Amino acid sequence: MSLISAQGLSVRYGGRRVLHDIDFGIARGEIVTIVGPNGSGKTSLLRALLGVVPAARGRVQRAPGLRLGYVPQRLHIDPGLPLPVARFLSLPTRASRAAMEQVLARVGLGDVLAQNMATLSGGQFQRVLLARALLPGPDILMLDEPTAGLDQPGVASFYQLIADVRAQTGCAVLSVSHDLHVVMSASDRVVCINGHICCEGAPQVVRDAPEYRALFGLGTGGALALYQHDHDHAHDHDHDHAGAPHHHAG
Amino acid sequence: MLDDFLTRALLAGLAVAMAAAPLGCFVVWRRMAYFGDATSHAAILGVALALAFQISIFIGTLLVALIMAMIVSTLAGRGWAMDTTLGVLAHSALALGLVAVSFLPAVRVDLSAYLFGDILAVSRVDLGIIVAGAALVLALILWRWSALLTATLSEDLAQASGIDPGRERMVLTLALAVVVAVALKIVGALLIAALLIIPAAAARNLARSPEAMAGIAALIGAVSVWGGLQMSLLQDTPSGPSIVVIAAAIFLISTLGMGLVARLRAR
Repeated sequence: MSLISAQGLSVRYGGRRVLHDIDFGIARGEIVTIVGPNGSGKTSLLRALLGVVPAARGRVQRAPGLRLGYVPQRLHIDPGLPLPVARFLSLPTRASRAAMEQVLARVGLGDVLAQNMATLSGGQFQRVLLARALLPGPDILMLDEPTAGLDQPGVASFYQLIADVRAQTGCAVLSVSHDLHVVMSASDRVVCINGHICCEGAPQVVRDAPEYRALFGLGTGGALALYQHDHDHAHDHDHDHAGAPHHHAG
Repeated sequence: MLDDFLTRALLAGLAVAMAAAPLGCFVVWRRMAYFGDATSHAAILGVALALAFQISIFIGTLLVALIMAMIVSTLAGRGWAMDTTLGVLAHSALALGLVAVSFLPAVRVDLSAYLFGDILAVSRVDLGIIVAGAALVLALILWRWSALLTATLSEDLAQASGIDPGRERMVLTLALAVVVAVALKIVGALLIAALLIIPAAAARNLARSPEAMAGIAALIGAVSVWGGLQMSLLQDTPSGPSIVVIAAAIFLISTLGMGLVARLRAR
């Protein structure tokens, strides 16, 4: 049974349809990555699965008692709010000092408990976000472009960390990413979306799929191709869209 | 002991300062300063309606403040430009209230008491209502503290932790309306927002955690109430503005003090 699943899910923002006819599920222990160009609705899909944005149509189901760890893309902390790391890790459920020290060690951070969140570097900040998500012992980690703003070595070591965490705890990992080459090596399954699911499967299968190539270009340097992606491309699908005109959520 | 008007004034002021401190912190953290303005200015309209229909001033202001707070929070949810919308709402409510009061027949209304507060005229009944209202707000915020803080940090993060951010917004809206209703007598409609924001802003300079900030803000609020009352007695100044002046002085000292400390450390 899936930890989280969506059936026939559509999501609208201010009357604009950003996602339609999404059927999706993630199994226990699986690492799934959602890829897609900017504006393709990948973050919307994650937020709909989280329950932050409502489904316009279809539904989202979660396994009963599911424990969820969420790492947002960005977290802006108002300078008016003094927030030590220890306090942040205890939001909203108070964690013991031992548990906090243990989780910080797991994400490769030293003793930063007393430090203010505002004084952390970008990489440290992302690791603290991950540590907080790991504290309740989640069944699934959901990450929204967790490495945006990190440099290349930072990105690589962050994904290595995620893979280690999965190996140690067996939690499923659902992330949204555009670090394509990392995604390709670190995922069990890749879901490529652009308003709808274009193609999905094992990374090698997706990489060779015509839909994926139409979106991201032919080169193996997919990460670069992504940035050059043109929203008005002619995109040829060999699967049926129930007659709906293709909609770009650009 | 409660027979002494000064004791009653002090107790009422302290009660409001205790409730306003943690709420004021959320107003600062969530950047809701104008929200506080709109809600407290609407209180004057509440006063006018209460006098016209001969109901309790507390009930009148509570209702109007609540309605105003809900309108603002609904509009914010729909993505209106908050700066402009709140500016329009805050001042319209105040103007409408002032005009409405002028229509009241025969009643000789001392408006300045509602605009600037009249803490020295707090009766035993007033004191009871103010303490009860402040205790309610304090209890509500302490009870929801962690959830409120999480939702303030990020609504998505709150949702993922099983917290409904909409409900937490509602809690703050309700708390704000109650504080406006009980603080009207203390500092008046024009300065309620100051009592929320200034102690919290001053505490920010000294605090290292959210809880410490709320605690220090409460302390600063209490000192301001006491100092403002003394000033009012000794210099015969209006009590509400005097309380705010003391709070502003503490803010200035804490800001300059921290700047000095930072400079010395940098050496």
